[in-house]
Amino acid sequence: MLVLGIESSSMVASVAIISDEKIICEYTINNKKTHSQTILPMIDEMIKMSEIDKKDIDAIAVSGGPGSFTGLRIGGALAKGLGFALNIPLIHVKTLEGMAFQLYGTKELIVPIMDAKRNQVYTGIYENENEFKVIKEQTPQDIEELIQELNQTGRKVTFLGDGIFCYKDIIEEKCKVEYTFAPSHCNMPRAASVAALGLKMYNEGNYQNASEFLPDYLRVSQAERERNERLKHGNN
Amino acid sequence: MSKDTLILAIESSCDETAAAVVKNGREVLSNVISSQIALHTLYGGVVPEIASRKHMEAINQVIEQALKEAKVTLDDIDAIGVTYGPGLVGALLVGLTAAKAIAYATDKPLVGVHHIEGHISANFIENKELEPPFMCLVVSGGHTHLVKVKDYGEYEILGRTRDDAAGEAFDKVARAVGLGYPGGPKIDKEAKNGNKHAIEFPRANIEGAPYDFSFSGLKSAVLNYINQCEMKNIEINRPDLVASFQNAVVESLVTRAIKAAKEFGMDKIAIAGGVASNTALREEISKRCKENNIEFYHPSPILCTDNAAMIGAAAYYEYIKGTRHGLDLNAIPNLKLGER
Repeated sequence: MLVLGIESSSMVASVAIISDEKIICEYTINNKKTHSQTILPMIDEMIKMSEIDKKDIDAIAVSGGPGSFTGLRIGGALAKGLGFALNIPLIHVKTLEGMAFQLYGTKELIVPIMDAKRNQVYTGIYENENEFKVIKEQTPQDIEELIQELNQTGRKVTFLGDGIFCYKDIIEEKCKVEYTFAPSHCNMPRAASVAALGLKMYNEGNYQNASEFLPDYLRVSQAERERNERLKHGNN
Repeated sequence: MSKDTLILAIESSCDETAAAVVKNGREVLSNVISSQIALHTLYGGVVPEIASRKHMEAINQVIEQALKEAKVTLDDIDAIGVTYGPGLVGALLVGLTAAKAIAYATDKPLVGVHHIEGHISANFIENKELEPPFMCLVVSGGHTHLVKVKDYGEYEILGRTRDDAAGEAFDKVARAVGLGYPGGPKIDKEAKNGNKHAIEFPRANIEGAPYDFSFSGLKSAVLNYINQCEMKNIEINRPDLVASFQNAVVESLVTRAIKAAKEFGMDKIAIAGGVASNTALREEISKRCKENNIEFYHPSPILCTDNAAMIGAAAYYEYIKGTRHGLDLNAIPNLKLGER
């Protein structure tokens, strides 16, 4: 079983191919370039170098959101096109779960935080000591509110994701439980982790047809939000 | 030609998700369009983020439907044609990324197409005898261009709008008089009951650029007229007002197209783009062409609106010329016609 993983929800462009036993290849660029220009050539390069026939890929695991709306669509549309043309299923991996899944064997709470602007983060709370568990589903949340919630658990926390850079000061100031920031080799979204969780989900029967796949933005567009506000106040 | 060439074409530059299968550039085997217009009407215009999201929902279904209706499979396709600009970048990226993925997965050539090149090429589909050179007037919600089509894929832009596109002016005026979005078809219909000579609106001429257009002055004149009527408490005759406005737009478009055809010695004029469906424009340009012994060509309304059949027609001529794009092709929101 070969799974292609695609992760383009943030500035990180990452692709990987894994089998049941191992990561066969992974290619990650975390250095500001448009995913539209890089991600498919990255897949092509990876497939050539590892001498895999793309027709042998059995499923595609995609980081399905939240994240950059455009980034999610580039990864999603790519997976939809590949899935359709290769006639293989897609696995929708929640972005925050894909990030948390790479930390294994820890007793701590795993808390990925992605910058969602306006003092908000996209976050979720996970455990992965022996078995991956979702303690809190991914959601947009005010960073201070999240810290309060973590303080109440009384448990030690590992933070990861780009939010640890922009909200470091707030965390240092407000976080009362013991915490660490994951080191750089396991603090960003990575396609191998998306593919590995995707493979697990696939084996649990959790996959879909390419035409059914849609990103989960976790936020409506600004225009919808403003319209909903207007409707709520009764002046359309 | 020994073998037929089939292009699978994809278009998602604005608010229609479209796919088509086109044979030898002129024969449409399928032309599937999923329109989002009803949704954007709620917002009085196209909302880019919503458009991009809807493209994601529709893209695979539209492509699958296009292949099914054409009774072909991906194996039968020779190349993938796709719009990569101009347009809304987020919207373009959905169709372009899917097209690149399909081209890559099937090892088929990718041919990027300019959206306006597509509109112009829509004329090849129903007019089998039409060949370059000809003069083309491209008018839509986002574009107003007077283009000399020198050969397949070879264009010279003689004139363009300095401000609003013609279709944009229609939308703005329609909103101002309470007709709503989309303005073009609504004004077209309302104007049929009005006198187009009732109000004399200004026609802008741009010094040193005889083929350029400008519609913002006209739009302001219409808005001023409405304001003055309101201030003086005069009831506005809406059909007369929109007919007069429409006539001013049509006049500027047609006059320049005829003048350019004559100056460059061309005996064919084609129109393209969403506004090419406007009945007043069609009638006037057809009449003036006849008076000047110019052959007039136009696509039917379904090929004037954004669609992928026109992209397939354009992609075919690019394909046989050898145009190929790489997997790194990006969406270019302000792509210039004739640029590679």
